[in-house]
Amino acid sequence: MATRALVNLPRDITRGQVVEVRATVAHAMETGHRRASGGELLARDIVRRMEARLNGELVFAADMHAALSANPYVAFHLRASNSGTLVLSWRGDNGFAHSETVVFEVA
Amino acid sequence: MNQRRHVLQSAVGLAGLALLPAAQATPESMRAAVQALTRGAPLQSGRVKIDIATLVDNGNTVPVQVDVASPMTPADHVRRIALFNEANPQPEVAVFELGPHNGLARVATRMRLATSQRVLALAQMNDGSWWQAQADVIVTLAACIEG
Repeated sequence: MATRALVNLPRDITRGQVVEVRATVAHAMETGHRRASGGELLARDIVRRMEARLNGELVFAADMHAALSANPYVAFHLRASNSGTLVLSWRGDNGFAHSETVVFEVA
Repeated sequence: MNQRRHVLQSAVGLAGLALLPAAQATPESMRAAVQALTRGAPLQSGRVKIDIATLVDNGNTVPVQVDVASPMTPADHVRRIALFNEANPQPEVAVFELGPHNGLARVATRMRLATSQRVLALAQMNDGSWWQAQADVIVTLAACIEG
């Protein structure tokens, strides 16, 4: 099943501006503490790390735990200096991996 | 009468036991998790602001924002922001890594709250110092972390 993710940036970015980046990825974030109707423990299946790279350079990262809500949402800021590509990637349990690439265009 | 009351009390006690979650963070286990991150460094109050509703209807997705007073320059910036809780099954929530390219020391996310409890936000500056803020949250509908 294709994973869906959303990355949101302001439309117009000027040099020196501090912009907000909002990102969410579709994922159930199964905690590993819930039980199925039959009583058996549901195995943990969470997104464990998110990374943001601007032109290859790590600019933000998050280590995630089961206490984050499903479809984990993170908002952070970036100081706009140069245009480039912003790549957000997520990794998690059971080999979960997804990345989104957005154009980071500084006017 | 006395015996009946005794039976009633044990029934209540048993029900209470059955409701106890299999694993739960406690203020002590939260402190241990914090120590594991900070390596025992002293926590200073101030510079960190945690923004979370004090009364939450739905513990499944609670918006939380952490702001740290910092110029975010190469010489003076926030290196990490961490969130902890004291009554979910595990004390850790998230650890965010920041640097001068962020421009603003602010992160926002959405977390689960299994019950009414205290949420702790920490920030580590590039000089290694740790700062903290906390918030007490009352939850009316808990996150179904325990099923």
